[in-house]
Amino acid sequence: MLRRTAYALLVLALAGTATACGRSAPDPATAAEARGPITVWLSNNAQEVQWGRAMVAAWNKAHPDQHVTAQQIPAGKTSEEAISASIIAGTTACLAFNTSPAAVPTFQKQNGLVPLSDFPDGEKYIAGRGGSLTDQYRSTDGKFYQLPWKSNPVMILYNKKLFAKAGLDPEHPKLATYKEFLETSRTLVHSGAAKAAIWPSPSSDFFQPWYDFYPAFAAQSGGKQLIEDGKPQFDSAAGRQVAAFWRTLYAEKLAPQEQYPGDSLNDGKAAMATVGPWAVAAYKDSVDIGVAPVPTADGGSGKHSFSDEKSAAMFSACENRATAWDVLKFASSAAQDGKFLEATGQMPMREDLTAKYPGYFAKNPMYKAFADQAERVVEVPNVPGSIDIWQTFRDEWTKSVVFGRESTDTGLRKASSDITGLLNEYGDPS
Amino acid sequence: MSVNLDAAPGAVHTSGAAPRGKARRGLSRAGALFVSPYVLFIVVVFAVPLVYTVWISFHRFYFTAPGTDIDSPWVGLSNYRDVFTDPVVGQAFLNILIFLVINVPLTVGLSLVLAAALNSKIRGRGFFRAAFYVPYVTASVALVAVWQFLFGSDGFVNHLLGSHAPDPSWLVNSHLAMPMIAVFVTWKQLGFFVMLYLASLQNVGKELYEASAMDGAGKVRQFFSVTVPGVRPATTLVVIYAIITGANLFSEPYLLTGGGGPDHASTSPVLLMYQKGIEQGHPDFAAALGVVLVAFVMVVSIAARKLTERGD
Repeated sequence: MLRRTAYALLVLALAGTATACGRSAPDPATAAEARGPITVWLSNNAQEVQWGRAMVAAWNKAHPDQHVTAQQIPAGKTSEEAISASIIAGTTACLAFNTSPAAVPTFQKQNGLVPLSDFPDGEKYIAGRGGSLTDQYRSTDGKFYQLPWKSNPVMILYNKKLFAKAGLDPEHPKLATYKEFLETSRTLVHSGAAKAAIWPSPSSDFFQPWYDFYPAFAAQSGGKQLIEDGKPQFDSAAGRQVAAFWRTLYAEKLAPQEQYPGDSLNDGKAAMATVGPWAVAAYKDSVDIGVAPVPTADGGSGKHSFSDEKSAAMFSACENRATAWDVLKFASSAAQDGKFLEATGQMPMREDLTAKYPGYFAKNPMYKAFADQAERVVEVPNVPGSIDIWQTFRDEWTKSVVFGRESTDTGLRKASSDITGLLNEYGDPS
Repeated sequence: MSVNLDAAPGAVHTSGAAPRGKARRGLSRAGALFVSPYVLFIVVVFAVPLVYTVWISFHRFYFTAPGTDIDSPWVGLSNYRDVFTDPVVGQAFLNILIFLVINVPLTVGLSLVLAAALNSKIRGRGFFRAAFYVPYVTASVALVAVWQFLFGSDGFVNHLLGSHAPDPSWLVNSHLAMPMIAVFVTWKQLGFFVMLYLASLQNVGKELYEASAMDGAGKVRQFFSVTVPGVRPATTLVVIYAIITGANLFSEPYLLTGGGGPDHASTSPVLLMYQKGIEQGHPDFAAALGVVLVAFVMVVSIAARKLTERGD
């Protein structure tokens, strides 16, 4: 009896496991032609949710037979984790309007993405909308697996009140060169106006370099990516200058080595932050904000920055892909982009934004600086093993720059060597 | 002694003889029925994933969307070689050893002393018993906020210490981060272990205390000569449980030190499994690390058991 019970239990367990493993996916050829209801995911940014719900309502009014449901991306440490988990479970929405380009190679490897280039008008629509900026979003097989949707060019936001408190001119802050930036930071902290001049997270998360190292590197290097032509670019004069600059900020306690449990700029603990235009709307009721470009060694104009771009992507769990593609085009149309800009202050990935939406920038002059910066943005490299590569870089950065446990030159050299090893390991699938 | 369930109602009797075959079969069926949900639970939730984890650890594997036909080739010990040659893994196990060296003796010592105190007739005994148990039943996230309020660089303790405060501060100091986590976890879990010891103390005969008192033993001597040997089985349980929970450390370094910082000084193997398996998409590496961790916990637990049961 016991033996039979044990066998029965084992069969049940194995059947359960087999059922779980035997998940099915929609047939790509059928799904590409299919129309019907779909679900889209939005980020949890309040302004984006507001735009997303209005966009979906407009679509549903015109297409009652292809109903779209909008939801916020399921909770997770990051959207990428939540999306990755749902790809594996086969529960992704048809579209997600918050896909990090750094995660696209991973999602691709998981067979989680629909190649948008495979739609008859896919290439033409994506390249036509984004212009020259779009090419850096192509995957290594030459296809687009993401629609470059909106950027948040990273700039220096500063608290005018704290600058004034420190005796600095809030309308003309000296932040262009490393020397000026450090002097201003020392004044802010030593005067007691702020606990920190700037307070990016010093944690080991793979994506943190996008808010300290990468904008500064893009500016100092004249627009280089972390990796170009299969080779790391940061063990260079530009990379070493950036690392030395940030090391000084940490060594002189102008930037704390401890993570702030909240929003340091909003709480008045830090006088500056490296963030995109999304933050302007978030701070408008609490902080009098000023905007300045990311500093460089010599302070020259026309500098680049990190895009902090988010793409829209279609997922392989989607059964009604024809509807999803139409919704994607509808949501990224010129009219919807204007509404998105109006609602969120984030920059649609289109060229020459100020000429396309002159009314908005006339009404909101602070955003014009971001629109100008959006013309000169650098994206994360679209290479296999992208997250591994960023994690490797971050580990050396925290060791050498944040905590000074080895020289910054050694840190960059080791990171470059390790990342070269990773690039060789992942290989070029093309 | 056995109970004859086959007898007529009201005629249940006991006897020293073995039950007849039919009765034994009846018992077996009933027993199997009662334990089957738990056996099923164990098989589905623990056994199958464990076997699958071991399988993954010997293959090149990554998670994919449903219906994807992927090749997961056998790679032998390759994932284990990656685990053993990754310096962060070594650091993570060293961190756990530091954690256990601080946490386990502190847990055993404090919980036993507190349990002995709370077992005696003191004023407000109920209040103190509840007070020590509250952190255990409070969410880690809330407790982390308390700890950051106390030991953050701008926290209460540093305000008290002034210029004597450590630099870098407690939670970002590579020498202090792991000990701080060990102390935090000790404090958080103390109530549970005090409760285990309190239960065990009920079994220590009062006559032993009376006899030792008549022999002239004071409170301290009684503690070491009667209480400590009397609760030895509980000590074994406490030590092994503390080792297992310590080796599974995740949320404290994740929340308290920003995901293993500073510079991996508080990274734990489980946190690393999460980072490698979930964040970086290497479940094969994470599976091999998990198997190594299970082996590590077994070895340390067996060694600890031998130590605590020595002299029995």
